[in-house]
Amino acid sequence: MAVPILKQSHYLIATIQSALTDQDFVQLRDALVEKVGRFRSRGVIVDVTALDVLDSFASRTLRDLAYMIRLRGAHTVIVGIQPDVAFAMVQLGITLSDVSTALDLEEGLTFLDNVESTT
Amino acid sequence: MATVKSKTVNPAMTESTVALLRELVAHLRDNRTELREEWARRITEARLLTAMTKEEIFAEATSVYDNYVEALETGTFEALQAYARNLSERIIPRGVETDEVVGIVLLLRDVLARSLFAKYRSDFDLLNRILDAYEPAANRIANTVAVGFVQERERIIREQQEAIRELSTPVLQVRERLLILPIIGVIDPLRARQLTEQLLQAIRANRARVVVIDITGVAEMDSHVANHLVQTVEASRLLGATVIVTGLSPDIAQTLVNIGVDLAKMNTVGDLQGGIEEAERLLGYKVVMHESGPAPKKS
Repeated sequence: MAVPILKQSHYLIATIQSALTDQDFVQLRDALVEKVGRFRSRGVIVDVTALDVLDSFASRTLRDLAYMIRLRGAHTVIVGIQPDVAFAMVQLGITLSDVSTALDLEEGLTFLDNVESTT
Repeated sequence: MATVKSKTVNPAMTESTVALLRELVAHLRDNRTELREEWARRITEARLLTAMTKEEIFAEATSVYDNYVEALETGTFEALQAYARNLSERIIPRGVETDEVVGIVLLLRDVLARSLFAKYRSDFDLLNRILDAYEPAANRIANTVAVGFVQERERIIREQQEAIRELSTPVLQVRERLLILPIIGVIDPLRARQLTEQLLQAIRANRARVVVIDITGVAEMDSHVANHLVQTVEASRLLGATVIVTGLSPDIAQTLVNIGVDLAKMNTVGDLQGGIEEAERLLGYKVVMHESGPAPKKS
């Protein structure tokens, strides 16, 4: 199931709408990396509000995604991690420590705007 | 001979035991006044129930005595259990301790046993049979009252613990996007977990960007709970909020170092005031004094 990716001026917004398989995550990563180049985006938001679970594979892939997109000159923000999901993740030692996070889409956009203005 | 009112009798008792108990109960009823007075005297002598007046002791002694005799007579203990709970509810707030309650019930058992020795001293065989009927029932009664008392205490303790837990974890919003979580008292793993859940929900509900967790009021923390604090900081970050921890005591600072907390992950400031100032700075607030100075006091 392909995740819809929308373009909003210089940003790309990928909204995950249901549980993804490992393969779906890899496809999402590759699609975003490709589109960042094609549209010359400066920021990417991945919205995981709909996910009840973020296991270690998903987290690793999200981190890879953020690194790869950074190498292409854009900043990634993961938004919408639910309280229960956040709690479960830290208990398993998954902290996504090098990846920017924000509460929701609005906060994510504000974050990217600020990152823009300071770089 | 006093007539015994018919009540349901424990079917497990044998015919002769029933007859003996009937005789016993009659004796206790006939000598009700003397035995109660003897018991109340011995309670005062043993310095029990010092939180109560002589009149109160005699009044409670009467209730216990009558319930005791009824339990002996019927062999059923529901009424006694209910009475024990009721009694406990009344006397626990008065400061009566478990050893006092157990003490007075055992004293009553002794007083009644002595009066049986006195009555049946010329017939050793009958005395033995009466005691065979009396002792199991008396022990069961002592047990019922003591257990009722202890259960009531435990219920009260549980209620108080729950009340403390609810009281002491408020999450407060002091500015737009800024939450404060002042923690006071002892944190056990259950409370730590409740705290984290509450905080994460509050971050989402208030769309907080910064949270100041103040632990000035926490005297000590074991490594288990310290780890939990670190997890709370990390989970909050996943919701897009920065956490500033303030008020760490030297002991707790030591604990955090011992468990090898990555200090780069922990944003700490010495006291709450400093923490709020740092939070305001992060949020882009600047606090300035009015040109005209402080507002005049309203008269």
